[in-house]
Amino acid sequence: MEFLYFLIRRLMWSLLVLFGLSIVIFMIARVMPGDPARLALGPRASQEQVDDLKAKMGLDRPLAEQYRHFIIGLAHGDLGLSFLTKRPVNDDIAETFAATFELVLATIVIAFAFGVPLGVVAAANKDGWIDNLVRFGAILGAVTPSFLLALLLQVLAGYELHVLPTTGRLSPDSPVHANITGLLTIDTLLKGDLAGFGDALRHLLLPALALSAATLGQIARITRSSMIDVAKQDYIEAGRAFGIPDRVRVFKYMLRPAFVPPLTILGLEFASLLGNAFVVELVFAWPGMASYGVRSILQKDLNAVMGVVMISGLFFVIVNLTIDILVGFVDPRVRIRGSQ
Amino acid sequence: MSELTAEAPAPVSTAYQNWYRFSRNPTAVIGAAIVVLVVLAAIFAPWITPHPDHVGAIVNFRARHLPPSAQYWFGTDNVGRDIFTRVIFGYRVSLLLAAVVLAIAVPLGVSLGLVAGYFGGWAEIVIMRLTDMALAIPPLVMALAVTAVLTPNLIHAMFAIAALWWTWHTRLIFSITRTLRGQEFIEAAQILGASRFHILFRELLPNCASAILVKTSLDFGFVILIGAALSFLGLGVQPPTPDLGTMVATGADFLPDRWWESLLPGAAILFVALGFNLLGDGLRDLYDVESVR
Repeated sequence: MEFLYFLIRRLMWSLLVLFGLSIVIFMIARVMPGDPARLALGPRASQEQVDDLKAKMGLDRPLAEQYRHFIIGLAHGDLGLSFLTKRPVNDDIAETFAATFELVLATIVIAFAFGVPLGVVAAANKDGWIDNLVRFGAILGAVTPSFLLALLLQVLAGYELHVLPTTGRLSPDSPVHANITGLLTIDTLLKGDLAGFGDALRHLLLPALALSAATLGQIARITRSSMIDVAKQDYIEAGRAFGIPDRVRVFKYMLRPAFVPPLTILGLEFASLLGNAFVVELVFAWPGMASYGVRSILQKDLNAVMGVVMISGLFFVIVNLTIDILVGFVDPRVRIRGSQ
Repeated sequence: MSELTAEAPAPVSTAYQNWYRFSRNPTAVIGAAIVVLVVLAAIFAPWITPHPDHVGAIVNFRARHLPPSAQYWFGTDNVGRDIFTRVIFGYRVSLLLAAVVLAIAVPLGVSLGLVAGYFGGWAEIVIMRLTDMALAIPPLVMALAVTAVLTPNLIHAMFAIAALWWTWHTRLIFSITRTLRGQEFIEAAQILGASRFHILFRELLPNCASAILVKTSLDFGFVILIGAALSFLGLGVQPPTPDLGTMVATGADFLPDRWWESLLPGAAILFVALGFNLLGDGLRDLYDVESVR
């Protein structure tokens, strides 16, 4: 029960965070020089047309009322019209979000699948050459600009070795449509379309690798240090005295508590991961929300920009709530006490 | 008893002890060497680069797209300018960006963290919720939005990044201050009637100094990376000012054949970020502040 209260409290705070975010992004978008309606219509439109669009977008009303309008729309899940595509921002984001979600999910899977074992191995060989290698690799992953890694992977795997496609989510002639979950790899598997799955996976691999380097490094580093901390605990020493085999000790009794810090780190790092997605998607022409965001930012499509930022914030909040729940599963003490 | 005591060894100064441990830590030494090298190169760029006139918008079509050679160490770009020269000048922009961002963000974040951690209550709720909110926005996206809405340039980019960067320092200092708040030396200061200002900045702040130093060193690398990503997207420093991110973006059009035009400036970004990170990592070991990331 305590845990449930804790989650509800977190949910309330998250709503507050989103509310604050809406104010910040509204201020950035509205309290700025330049006329969005004029921008959308171009220099040759008549003043009447501009005024007309302004009225349609509600830009002629006082700021407070515009904000009220914006927040009521948000509460109803309506992000307004895109100045540029003249379509609801909802539709644009709905189309592109699945691609970003798939990319981010694959990135997290890669980061954990490699980061955690590397951290465990490094901790087991503390101060040995493997440990030093992992630690250096972790730093290297954290400091490699994601766009540089993206370009490198594109050149190596795409142009030089010709093993993987370098742009898009599918081959141009692919008949696959994502219509169940929107995640191409999952949809093709659900339909039993193995060729389509292979195609989607091959397209996903390079962008996900480029995006995962920084997170992978962080997770390896944090897993290593938390494994070393857990190893110092008395109960682990007692386990050794009782003659519990190393393998059982490490994987059953140490890894579980040591798993909490990497999860928490993922929550904190998630914003910067999403930020990097903006760059990686652009390099790989990945048709996701981040590419859409960059495009709308460059074209000053304000409603779209606000929509993308709000959905990014929502995504961040949901990921962090999910992590809170996962931490509760991994560490029963959190379930009982309600927080760490 | 007194005749038994041998002469006490001369006390070794803390500074010397720190220096000794620092110099025995290869990570920290390599990191420091990279940082010093880059900073010196950036400061003395006009005198040490082979073609300082290539910084501006000059065009030299006869020398365009030349691969790395003894004359052009990093090759030349699409208008025939020496890439090595432009990389060194690009460091000036990167370092300036990081320095200004951190000069704003670190004092702000540290002060807020001290206040939230020491006073608790409403101060804590307001400041830490504000921090949570700011953490939900990717700094790169914020900088993108701000620079696109205003005009894309270095100043706007710096303020947009600084507007979010303080959060990390607030969280860090908050968690340290909270554990220090109930300790005897703080109580002693309170009983002696020390002012709040004295307790925050004379008692608590010195205890956070090593953590701030480590964090700031790591931050230098990360802010440089964000600045580079921003100009890679065309929203940071505007040409013809040499900028590493812009050079990667321009050079990327000529991949894979003319790899030097994008990959070498990219490697230069990696190099400086690596330097600051190794330094920060080494300092973390030195001061034993494992909690700082």
